[in-house]
Order: sequence, then C-alpha cells, then structure tokens
Amino acid sequence: MKRVIYILPLAAFVVIAAYLGVGLTRDPHTLPSVLIDQEVPPFSLAAIEGREKGFSSADLIGEVSLVNVFGSWCVACRIEHPFLMRLKDDNVVPIHGINWREENRQAGPAWLARFGDPYTLIGDDPESKGAIAFGVSGAPETFIVDARGVIRYKHIGPITPEVWESTLWPLIQELRKG
Amino acid sequence: MKRTLTILILVLLAMPAWAVQPGEMLDDPALEARARTISKDLRCVVCQNQSIDDSDAHLARDLRVLVRERLVAGDSDREVVDYVVSRYGDFVLLTPPFKPATYALWFAPPLIAGLGVLAVFFYYRRRRSAGVAVEPRPLTEEQRKRVERLLGDEPP
Repeated sequence: MKRVIYILPLAAFVVIAAYLGVGLTRDPHTLPSVLIDQEVPPFSLAAIEGREKGFSSADLIGEVSLVNVFGSWCVACRIEHPFLMRLKDDNVVPIHGINWREENRQAGPAWLARFGDPYTLIGDDPESKGAIAFGVSGAPETFIVDARGVIRYKHIGPITPEVWESTLWPLIQELRKG
Repeated sequence: MKRTLTILILVLLAMPAWAVQPGEMLDDPALEARARTISKDLRCVVCQNQSIDDSDAHLARDLRVLVRERLVAGDSDREVVDYVVSRYGDFVLLTPPFKPATYALWFAPPLIAGLGVLAVFFYYRRRRSAGVAVEPRPLTEEQRKRVERLLGDEPP
C-alpha cells in the first residue's frame, strides 16, 4: 500500500506528459470552426473595381460552391493561386472570392490582372465584414458551401492538389448528390 | 534639478500606446466604456494571447469597430459577445465559459489545491502523533552528570 504512494507522482507525470505531448503535435492556428453545418451568416459586399456585381450571402444559394478569402498582400494566396486557376479552367465548381483588406481599391484588381482571375463573384472586404461573417482568422481560407447556403467545410491555408483530391473534391461530389 | 523635474513631468504625462485609435472611439462615453469592457475579454484570433483591445492586428481593429457598431445598433453586451462567438466559437472568449466541456479547466485548480492542503494536514498530523508516541528515554546517571558539567552549574 505504501509503495503505491511513491509511484503516484511518476504516474501523474506520465499522464500529464502524454497529454501535453499530444498537444504539441497540434497546430494552435487551426481553430475549430463553429460555423460548420451552419448557414452562412448574412453579409453583403460591394464589387471590386472593374466588376459590376459584388458578392453576398444570397448568392450562395442554389449550387455547391467554394468561397476563398484572399488578398494581394497574402503570400500564401499567391502560392495557392495557380491551382485555383486550374480549377477554373477545368470548370469544376464556382469559386467565389472575398478580397480581404486591401489597402487601396486598385490593389486587388491589379493582383488579379497580373496572376489571373479564377473567381465567379468577388466581394470587396476592406473592413473584414465578410471575413468576420465566415470566422476567418487569416488568409487564405476556403469554405465549401452547399446548395442551401450551409457551410460544410473550412480549409485553412493554401489549397494543394493533395488536399483537393483527398478532401475537397470528394466532399463536393457528395454534396452534389444531395 | 529643473531639467530632471521637466523630464519627470513629461514622462508622467506621456500616455501609454493604446491599440484603440481615437478614430474608432464612440462619442458616447457610456457606450465606449461598454465597448472597452467587451473587447478586453475577446481574444484576437491573429495574435492569440492578446485581447482585441490590446492588439494592433488589422482584424482586431475591425472586430473593435464591429463591437462598437453592434452597441450603437442597440445590442446588449451579451448579444455582442454572442455575435462574435457565433462566428469564432468559445475560443475568442478570454474567460472560458462554464460548461461540461470546460469543467476540468474550472475544477482542476481548486481540486489540486485542496489535495495539497489535505496532504500538508495529514503530514503534520502524522508527525505530531509520532512525536507523542515515542517517549524519550531517561538519561543515565553518567549522561546527567555530563549535562550538568557542560551547563556549568557545578564545578568540574
């Protein structure tokens, strides 16, 4: 009985070490989204320069679509961009853009003119209204929204071909079935 | 002396560098005070260990403005906080909510402190009872004489 007491601190240490050890392997920047399986909160964003139409929550009803948060200031967005262009060329799913927090009204359009424009609709979001609606904490972030306007998936960071093949594309196909 | 005094006065007059910019503040001091209180408990999701009231991040600024807009629109403090939580989750609250998922968080510190107090209590109780149980053996005649000699009551 007495022996057990001497083992207790070691046991406690092992439990705590295991717990914290698991914690170390997780990325603290990947916040769980509370918005999964929730309707997109209402938002309405103006058009960027050179486009007629802006982007609002009502535009998400009717078809499975991607919503991609990007900015000309965002380095990782540039890494992701060629892949978005490829998706657009293959015409697999409508990609809508939230042009987040550009310093001036020309920066976003100029960036798209230079690297290509994969977006069906784009909303200008200088005050983070759209970003906050989606609970965004950094760019790029991409959401899969189903035909009823419900957020079904959130991807943080650039979309890579691997993520697309393994997660995003299968989910889109599944959502299309109903 | 005069120079030292001037420097001292200037240092005391200097304001800390607040993250909240004058342009963001509301004209109504009561609403502004409520906005400050709310934003002190909302986490900046970019720089995760600062409140949005402390943070210079762009997103923190936009959230501060949003908090003020909701207040001006007539939301209660609770409604403003719920609005932000509905988008970012409980994670944005610097004071975690009290609910089953966070019981461990709330109960662990008092529980561990209580165990510590119990351990100290039992340790001392056992030590005291052990002391009572062992009677000191009486000194032998030789030892008693030596003590007296050392204490110097009797000449050697």
